[in-house]
Amino acid sequence: MTQTSDVTVAAEPRAEERRKKKPALSEGARAERRLGWLLCAPAVIVMIAVTAYPIGYAVYLSLERYDLRFPDQAKFIGLSNYAAVLTSQFWWQALLVTVIITVISVAIELVLGMLLALLMHRTLFGRGTVRTAVLIPYGIVTVVAAFSWQFAWTPDKGYLAAMLPEGAAPLTGQVSAILLIILAEVWKTTPFMALLLMAGLALVPDDLLKAAQVDGAGPWQRLTRIILPMMKPAILVALLFRTLDAFRVFDNIYILTQGSNGTGSVSMLGYDNLFKAFNLGIGSAISVLIFIAVALIAYLFITLFGAAAPGSEDSR
Amino acid sequence: MTATVETRPAPPAPARSRGGGMSDGQKKTWWAVADLVVILYALVPVLWILSLSFKTADTVTDGNFFPRAWTWENYAQIFQIGIFTPALVNSIGISLISTVIAVVIGTMAAYAIARLDFPGKKLLVGISLLIAMFPQISLVSPLFDIFRGIGIFDTWLGLILPYITFALPLAIYTLSAFFREIPWELEKAAKMDGATPLQAFRSVIVPLAAPGVFTTAILVFIFCWNDFLFAISLTSTSRSQTATVAIANFTGASQFAEPTGSIAAAAVLLTVPIIVFVLFFQRRIVAGLTSGAVKG
Repeated sequence: MTQTSDVTVAAEPRAEERRKKKPALSEGARAERRLGWLLCAPAVIVMIAVTAYPIGYAVYLSLERYDLRFPDQAKFIGLSNYAAVLTSQFWWQALLVTVIITVISVAIELVLGMLLALLMHRTLFGRGTVRTAVLIPYGIVTVVAAFSWQFAWTPDKGYLAAMLPEGAAPLTGQVSAILLIILAEVWKTTPFMALLLMAGLALVPDDLLKAAQVDGAGPWQRLTRIILPMMKPAILVALLFRTLDAFRVFDNIYILTQGSNGTGSVSMLGYDNLFKAFNLGIGSAISVLIFIAVALIAYLFITLFGAAAPGSEDSR
Repeated sequence: MTATVETRPAPPAPARSRGGGMSDGQKKTWWAVADLVVILYALVPVLWILSLSFKTADTVTDGNFFPRAWTWENYAQIFQIGIFTPALVNSIGISLISTVIAVVIGTMAAYAIARLDFPGKKLLVGISLLIAMFPQISLVSPLFDIFRGIGIFDTWLGLILPYITFALPLAIYTLSAFFREIPWELEKAAKMDGATPLQAFRSVIVPLAAPGVFTTAILVFIFCWNDFLFAISLTSTSRSQTATVAIANFTGASQFAEPTGSIAAAAVLLTVPIIVFVLFFQRRIVAGLTSGAVKG
């Protein structure tokens, strides 16, 4: 009894194997296809239901006058919400702050991340300890880290504020607060950048570096002529992901400054519009604009720099 | 490159190695200093919040890095506040459920990507990539309205759904990278040796796949545990408010004159499980984080 059932079940994968080699025989290929779709269906359905449908709904909401305090007066008003957002200085200021935070933090993270990756790759001892230490900023909750920085920079309370001249309150000035937000972002995400870069670094063959050294190439030449060009794909992927991630900055700003004194990002603006101004129409217009901005950044990265999407190899 | 090397006589350069003119001892010292800088970089903000959590109410504003007077009072207090305990339960429950579902669904999809041949595979990879880059704030306004409409605003489900969605790309990439490394022929070999398919799967494939699945689960859990934006937007009461939101709310609506100690203590409690995970599974986490990303 058991024997027979075993035989039939065992026969299946073998048949599948045989058919895979000859795609013309379509029954097995069709079964494989069906299994593939079946296995992917839950993931695809969840991802689309929770993102594509709401973003479509956001587009619809953004064309309405919809104040949560007066839901009965909801009315189609075309592009007025967009006009309102795009002519508002709050939007442009938030966008500028977001771009500044994104560009500066990603630039610093790239340099520091590269140094950290070289260190983790090359260090003579304590490699495991360094790698473990570096994972702590990655693993720690952003809100927790943000509080640590906030307390540290609060006058009379923090060890860092204590090192500043008397009366300095760095979290209340626009420029200094933005710098501190950048610092918090950099601290938290440099290790992640470093790990991605380290994986790219592992792909650079040691022999090649030794050969270059024998040829008389100094450390700087080896870095700029060999290591960096060979790591280009890894660098671009890391940059793309971190840029888009930094563009969404929210947690650090919420805790450090609440967006006061002109330090709010576009994410803060969208949040405030919904939960402080209760304006779902304007809030949705901001949502759609941020979505477009992110799509634009990704498009530019992929076309200008030829950043290969990670996983594109999977599909081959 | 190698050709040039062979044709040239070796210059004196290779005799002194990487660190220029430094001796071995000097080089070691420099690496040790660099290691130390990195470790301090990672630990100082954590030690600071730990130190704050042990400071007494009188000394919490003294600006010292280390506490002068130690107390457990802050830890006792956060459990008396009333909003923290349910928030911690919510955080643990929501993160665990989201992790399990995301890993199960992700494993299915990753298996299909790694082993099966079917049209639409590229599309799936593309969708995952798009979602990995998706600005979460763009979903907050519409989800807020939709969830209120269907009655899952301020429920566990209302957070689990977005968490699964944004964890899936991470799960699918990491798992499919792991699955591609598994020598699947071993399964066939085991069957030829007389193992039943179930036996072959259980004793050959499961042990090989388990580390990857486990690593993915850790990464997904960290992701859910860390979320703040969805949690603060899609919840309103202790019914589903997570710990990150509860901590942020200590500041505004506190019964204490000085909530710093309470926030610090709660922050430490949120951090400890992650740090324990990281210390135990450092190697796997590094492998998991890098596997999905560099293949491009």
